Amino acid sequence: MRGREDEWTDLMRSAMAGDDAAYHRLLKAVTPVLRAAARRGLARAGQPPDQAEDIVQEILLAVHLKRHTWDSEAPFAPWLFAIGRNKLIDALRRRGRRVFVNIDDFAETLPGEAPQETASTGEVTAQLNTLPQRQRDVLQSIAVDSASIKDTATKFSMSEGAVRVALHRGLAALTAKLRDH
Amino acid sequence: MDTDQLIRTLAADNPHRAPRVGAMLTMALLVAAPLSILIFATFLGVRPDVMTAMHNPFFDMKFAVTLSLAIPAIIVSLHLSRPEALMRGWGWLLLLPVGLLAVAIGSEAMMAPAMPMTMRLVGKNSRWCMLAIPAMSLPLLAGALFGLRHGAPSRPVLAGALAGLLSAGLAATLYASHCTDDSPLFVATWYTIATAVVTAIGAAVGSKALRY
Repeated sequence: MRGREDEWTDLMRSAMAGDDAAYHRLLKAVTPVLRAAARRGLARAGQPPDQAEDIVQEILLAVHLKRHTWDSEAPFAPWLFAIGRNKLIDALRRRGRRVFVNIDDFAETLPGEAPQETASTGEVTAQLNTLPQRQRDVLQSIAVDSASIKDTATKFSMSEGAVRVALHRGLAALTAKLRDH
Repeated sequence: MDTDQLIRTLAADNPHRAPRVGAMLTMALLVAAPLSILIFATFLGVRPDVMTAMHNPFFDMKFAVTLSLAIPAIIVSLHLSRPEALMRGWGWLLLLPVGLLAVAIGSEAMMAPAMPMTMRLVGKNSRWCMLAIPAMSLPLLAGALFGLRHGAPSRPVLAGALAGLLSAGLAATLYASHCTDDSPLFVATWYTIATAVVTAIGAAVGSKALRY
């Protein structure tokens, strides 16, 4: 597993240096691990595992919006798992559960576990609909319609800069809503 | 939205670059500082005998104590803004002002007392001290919390308490130039009470405001 985590660190370094494809690969690579940990945490709290995807998405959003707190000299995995743990605790608390998150939920390695299918979730989708029109349009265009920034700009007659701003603000607003709802 | 779609969206936002937490904290404190200085200039001001006071080592010691609180608190609060950070190995930094005060109290005790101990302890300004330090801290505390919100602390209450400590340390540095009570006994008592109040406020607000 050392190898896997070193690979994550390298990908994150490239991502921070501006390599968007490396960032995409990294997020894809960590998601099954986060999903397995979220399922374990939910199971321990006596919660149905079908809420794991909501937690995974919340972790991914937090990772994205807080990635400037990662020190590029440090390994990536401990930073990632710390965020994962915090978000899992928050999610269980919101569900009114007594929280007991095993410190190893995230660090544990699970070679046997098959990666699960990506799944749709209720929470992000529901909060998406409460965003201001412009942010919602941009997010939907890029997420659901897989449009590029450029195509999105053309579609809504916006500048690419304005699309980027709306995209980032939309993600930040989404995260705040998920946290506070 | 499924997770693959979310990941694609996040990757599209990768070019967005956020400033470091340290830059954000510095900026927020620089915005807040004029408000605290305004409170200082309006209601307190530098003590009139400051030129002679500067030759008194116990006057200078007050600044050493307050800055040895503020600067380590800033350093530790930035450390804790990383989610994986542990307090272990960093807590001793926060004991610096305590150590300095202990040395100062010890050296004062060895000198021929200029005033009886109770007078040095109670001083002339204890009430002002307990009011002025928290009042001047509040703008700085708001700034510190705003700056630290940019981080991702795993322990929001502790991070909030550190925001309280650093703002109280900075406010106490201002206050020290006004106050005519220079005895380390006075500082150890009243500055500490004022700092504890601000720290408690910081921890309470931080528990909500510093969640991410």
